[in-house]
Amino acid sequence: MLTILKTLGAQLKQYKKDALVSPVLSVLEGICETLIPFFMASVIDKGIEPGNMGQIIKYGLIIVFIAGCALTCGVVAGRFSARASSGFACNLRDAMFSNIQTYSFSNIDKYSTAGLVTRLTTDVTNLQNAFQMLIRMCARAPVSMICAFFLALTISRRMSMIFLVAIIFLFCVLALIMSGTLPVFNRVFDQYDALNASVQENVSAIRVVKSFVREPYEDDKYSSESNRLYGLFVKAEERLSFNSPAMFMAVYGCNLALSWMGAHMIVSGDLTTGELTSLFSYVMNILMGLMMLSMVFVMMTMSSASARRISEVINEHSDLVWAKEPVKVVPDGSIDFEHVNFHYLYGKGAPVLKDINLHIKAGETIGIIGGTGSSKSSLVQLIPRLYDVSSGTLKVGGLDVREYDMPALRNQVSMVLQKNVLFSGTIYDNLRWGDLQATDEECRHACELACADEFISRFPDGYNTYIEQGGSNVSGGQKQRLCIARALLKKPKILILDDSTSAVDTATDAKIRRAFREEIPGTTKLIIAQRIASVQDADRIVVLDEGQINGIGTHEELLASNQIYQEVYYGQMEAGGDFDRQGGDA
Amino acid sequence: MAEERVKEVRGPRGGAPIGVKASVDHPGRLLKRILSEILHDYWIHCIFVLIGIAVGALTTVVSSMFLRILIDGYITPLLKQETADYGPLFRALCTLAGIYAVGIFSVWGYFRIMATVTQGSLRNLRNRIFHHMESLPIRYFDTHPHGDIMSIYTNDVDTLRQMISQSIPQLVNSMITIVSVFVSMCVLSIPLTAFTMFMVFIMLLNARNLAGLSGRHFIAQQQNLGRVNGYIEEMINGQKVVKVFTHESKVRDDFRVLNEKLRESADTANKYANMMMPANAQLGNLSYALCAMIGAVMAVNGIGGVTVGTLVSFLALSKSFNMPINQISMQANSVVMALAGAKRIFDLLDEEPEVDDGYVTLVNAKIDADQKITEVKERTGIWAWKHPHHDGTLTYELVRGNIQFDHVDFSYDGKKIVLHDVTLFGRPGEKIAFVGSTGAGKTTITNLINRFYDIADGKIRYDGININKIKKADLRRSLGIVLQDTHLFTGTVMDNIRYGRLDATDGECIAAAKLANADGFITRLPHGYDTVLKGDGANLSQGQRQLIAIARAAVADPPVLILDEATSSIDTRTETLVQKGMDGLMKGRTTFVIAHRLSTIRNSDCIIVLEQGQIIERGNHEELLEKEGRYYQLYTGNAAKNEPKPA
Repeated sequence: MLTILKTLGAQLKQYKKDALVSPVLSVLEGICETLIPFFMASVIDKGIEPGNMGQIIKYGLIIVFIAGCALTCGVVAGRFSARASSGFACNLRDAMFSNIQTYSFSNIDKYSTAGLVTRLTTDVTNLQNAFQMLIRMCARAPVSMICAFFLALTISRRMSMIFLVAIIFLFCVLALIMSGTLPVFNRVFDQYDALNASVQENVSAIRVVKSFVREPYEDDKYSSESNRLYGLFVKAEERLSFNSPAMFMAVYGCNLALSWMGAHMIVSGDLTTGELTSLFSYVMNILMGLMMLSMVFVMMTMSSASARRISEVINEHSDLVWAKEPVKVVPDGSIDFEHVNFHYLYGKGAPVLKDINLHIKAGETIGIIGGTGSSKSSLVQLIPRLYDVSSGTLKVGGLDVREYDMPALRNQVSMVLQKNVLFSGTIYDNLRWGDLQATDEECRHACELACADEFISRFPDGYNTYIEQGGSNVSGGQKQRLCIARALLKKPKILILDDSTSAVDTATDAKIRRAFREEIPGTTKLIIAQRIASVQDADRIVVLDEGQINGIGTHEELLASNQIYQEVYYGQMEAGGDFDRQGGDA
Repeated sequence: MAEERVKEVRGPRGGAPIGVKASVDHPGRLLKRILSEILHDYWIHCIFVLIGIAVGALTTVVSSMFLRILIDGYITPLLKQETADYGPLFRALCTLAGIYAVGIFSVWGYFRIMATVTQGSLRNLRNRIFHHMESLPIRYFDTHPHGDIMSIYTNDVDTLRQMISQSIPQLVNSMITIVSVFVSMCVLSIPLTAFTMFMVFIMLLNARNLAGLSGRHFIAQQQNLGRVNGYIEEMINGQKVVKVFTHESKVRDDFRVLNEKLRESADTANKYANMMMPANAQLGNLSYALCAMIGAVMAVNGIGGVTVGTLVSFLALSKSFNMPINQISMQANSVVMALAGAKRIFDLLDEEPEVDDGYVTLVNAKIDADQKITEVKERTGIWAWKHPHHDGTLTYELVRGNIQFDHVDFSYDGKKIVLHDVTLFGRPGEKIAFVGSTGAGKTTITNLINRFYDIADGKIRYDGININKIKKADLRRSLGIVLQDTHLFTGTVMDNIRYGRLDATDGECIAAAKLANADGFITRLPHGYDTVLKGDGANLSQGQRQLIAIARAAVADPPVLILDEATSSIDTRTETLVQKGMDGLMKGRTTFVIAHRLSTIRNSDCIIVLEQGQIIERGNHEELLEKEGRYYQLYTGNAAKNEPKPA
C-alpha cells in the first residue's frame, strides 16, 4: 500500500502546491464554520438577552465577516482542488501512457489491451474523483470536529463529555458497520463484474445463442446470477442501513442529555441560554465531521483497487535492458541464430523455441513454413528484439541484438505483423509511419511495390482517403497491402512478413514477391506463409515444427527429403490451395 | 429511432457527463413509467418507505422546534421558581425520547425496506432487459454497437439505482422537511420567514447559475475525455505496431496535447462545480446571521411577538431549511441523468422482439411398421414436422433436410440489394458449397435459412414447408451452425460442448469432441474437459476454439448443417485430420459449406458461385471446370504457384 501511495504521490509533481493549499484552505473554511455558532451564542447572550443593540450588530457583523471568510476559503479551496485533481489525473495518464511506450512485447502481453485501456480511462477517473474529495474533506472533517469539541470545552467541560461519549459511540458503530459491510461489497463488485461479463458474452455471441435456441437457458442462467447479486446487495445494504439510525441516535442522545444537564446548569447559573444553543449546533458539527470521515474512508477503499492497478502500470519496468553503449548503426542485413532458446515470460512458461541455429546472409530470401503453434511468429519477433532470447545469441549484422540502440535496430528491421493495425488518418498519414519525411512520390512508389496503388487510385479520394480506426473501411487484403507498403517505406535492411499476404490473392501475392526481388534485392527478406506458393521461390525455406527446425533447404530439396513439407505441399496441390479469397478485394 | 441512436454513438464516450443538464423530452412521462413499471412490484414497500421518511423528517423538525419549548417552556419558568422542580422537564424529555425512538426506528425501517425495493426492482429490471434483449432480432445487434448495449446494463441501470435508492428518498425527505419547516417557521414569525425565503431564492438562483456554467464546461470535458479515451484505445490496440515502427515518442507527444486539453477543461468545469457547495453553505450562514440580527432587533423592540426562544428556534429551523435546499439542487442533476438512462432502457424494452408466427413444430417421431409417423416424447433420432391445419387435423412430415430457395431477394436495409433472385436446392444428404468473394452474399444465404433475417421477396422451403410457417425455435433447432467467429461461453469445456444439446451425457459430449478431433488437445488441458474457459475461451488458440465449436454442433445432431468458414483458422495439416471427422458429421445431413479451402469444397455435390448477390454458376467440381467460367478462372488462377521459377 505504501509503495502505491508513493508511486501515485510522485505523480502530483507541479500540482503539489495546489494539493497542499486546498486542504489548508478547507481547514480554514471548517474553522470559520465552527466559529459561527460560537458568535451566535454571543449574539444571544450579550445582545438579545440584555437587549443591547450595539452588541447584536457587532456580533452580527462578525458573523457576516466570518461567513465571508469561509466563502472565500471554500471557493478558493475548490479552485485549487479542481486544479490539483485534474492535474493529478493528467499526470497519471501521462505517466502510464509514457511508461507503456517503453514496454516490451512481453510487458504488453502481461496486461491485456482491454486491461490497459481500462486503467488509463476508468481507473484514472475514479482516482481523480476520490482525490478531489480527499483533499477537500480529509483534513477539514477532523479539524472542524476538533475545533467544535474544543469550543464546546471552553463553554463547559462537563457538557463536552457528552460529545466525547457520542463520538466514541458513533465511531465504534461506524467501524463495526464498515468492517461488516466492506467484505460483502467486495463480493458484490465481483458478482457485478461476472454478471456484466455474461451480458457481454451474450451480446457478442447472440448468433450462437439464437442458433442453438438457448434464449430460455441463458435467461435462466442470467436470472439466477442476478438473484445472487440481489441477495448480496441486500445483505450489504441491510448492514449499511444501521448507518443513519446510529447517527440520529447519537444526535438525539446528545440533544436529550444537553437539554437535561443544560437546564440544571442554567438554573444553577453555570451556563447561559446562548451557550446552550451553540452546544446544540456543535453536536451537528462534530457528528457530520465523523460521517464525512467515514465517507472518505469508503471512497478510499473503493478507489484503492484503481490505485493499485494504476501504480502497477507505472511501476512496470520494461524487461528489455538497454545496452550501455548502444551501437547506432546496423552494418548489414545478415541474421544469425546461435543455439537460441525462447519461452514467453508470461504464460505457461513452456519452451517455444528450442535450440535454433540458423544463419541468414544479407539479401537472402527465406521462407518459413509450419503448422499453427509451430512458433513461426515467435522466431521472427526475436529479430527486431520485440522479445529477448531466453538463452543463446541472436546476431543481426554480426552483432548481438542486445548491443544495438533499440530504435536504430528496429528502424533497420521492418516487420509486418500478423495482427496488423492501421490508424485513423489518411492513407498518406498511415504510410508515413514508415518514414515521416517520405514524399508523396515515395509513398506512391512503395504502394506500387506492394500492389496497393491499383486499389488506392480507384478510391475517390485516392491517397487522401480517410482510414477509420482499426482500418475498418478497407478489406483484409487491402489492409495487408497497405501494411506492407508502410513497412517498405522504412527502407529497411531486413524485411519480415508474418503471414502478411494471407488475404491477398495468389496472383497479386506473386506480383508483390517479384517486386521485392527486383526492387529491393539487397534487403534480407523473411516470409512466413501458410501457402507453399508464397515461399517456394525463396532462396531457402525453413520448416518449423513445435519450436524446432525440422528442415532447411530449397523447395526442391525439401520436396525430396522433408516429410512435413511434402505433406503440406501435396495437401495443397491436391486441394488446389485456397482460392476463395481470390476476389476478396473486389 | 435508429438514426437518433447513431448520433449518440458518435457523441463523446463515457456516458452522460456529470453536472450537465441532459435534456429529456418528457420527464414527467418517463418518471411515471419508472414508477409504474419499475417500482410497481414493490408499491406496498414504497408506502412503508414513504411513511418512514415522513416520520423521520418530522422527528427532525420536532427536534429543532424543541429548543424553543425547552427554553421558553421549561428553562425560563425554572429560573423563576424558588426551588427548581425538574419533574415537568423530565416528563417532557421522556416524551421527546419516545418521539426520537420512533423516528430512529422509522429511519432504520425505511433504509432497510429501501434496500429491498432498490435491489429488487433493479433485479427485476435487469432480468427484464436481458429477457427482452434475448428476444430481439439479430438486426438489433447489427445496428447497435455492442458497447452501447453493454452500457445500458452498467451505466444506465446504475444511474437508475442512484435515483431510486438516493435521489427519490432524499427528494421526498427534503420536500417533507421543507414544507414542515416552512409551516413551523410561519408559525414562529412571518416576517422572518419572508426574509429567509428571499435568501433561499438567492441560493437557488446561484445554484442554477453555477450549474449552468459548470455544465457547459463539463460537456467540453466529456468531449475531450472521449477524444483521449479514443486515442488511448486506438494506440494501445496498435501498441505492437507502434513499437515495430519506433513511433513511441511521436505517439507520446500527440497524446500529451490531447491530455493537456482534457486537463484544462476538467479544471475549469470542476472549478465552477466546486464553488457550489461553499457558496450555498455560506449563503446559508449569511442568512442565519442576518436573520439573527433582524430577529434580535425585533425581539428587543418586541415587534411581531418574537421572543428569545422563538428567535433561537427560528434560527435552528432556518439552518434545517438550508440543508434540504442544497440537497435538492444536488439531486436535481442526478435525476435528470437517471431519466436519460431510463429513456435508453425503455428504448431497448420498446424494441420489437423477433416476430414468430410459425405454427409448425419439430417433434421426436417414431415410424411404425406401416410407415405411419407418430409423435413420441423421448429422443429417437428421428424428427418430424408437426403441422396443424385449419380444420383442426394434424399431419406429420418427416424431417429430411430438403432446403429450397425460390427466387429469393434480400436486402439488409431495404435499399441495397444483397441477394437477387437466388434459386437453389439442397437435397437431403447433399453437400452444397458457396464460393465467391467477400460480400458476395454467402453468409447472408445461411442467415436466411435460420431466419436471422427475413427475405424481401421469394420463398424458402424446408421439406416443402415455407419456413415462415415453422416456429423459429424449432427451425433453428433443426439446423446446426458453426460460425467463422467462434464464441465460447464462460464455463467448462464440457459445458461448452453440451451447449449444443443440454441433455447430452458426458459420453456423448466426449464422442462429439472425438468426432471433431478436439479430444486430443482437450485431454491435454490442465483439467481436461473440466478446464474452465473464460473471456470467450481466451486461453485457447483460434483453431482450438473452432474445434470445440464443431464438437458443439456435432452434439446437437441436427438434420441440416451450416459451416461458415468453420475451419478457416485450423492449419492445413490439422484440417486434414478434422476433415475426416467433418465428413463423418456431414454424412446423411444436408450441409451448406462456406470455405476458402478447396479441400473442403471440391467433393461437394453442388458448388454455387456467387457474385454480387447473384448466382453466376452452379454444378459440381468437374462440371464447373469443364464450363471454364468464373470457377475455372478462380481455380486455375490459383495455379500461379506454377509460374516459372526465376533463375
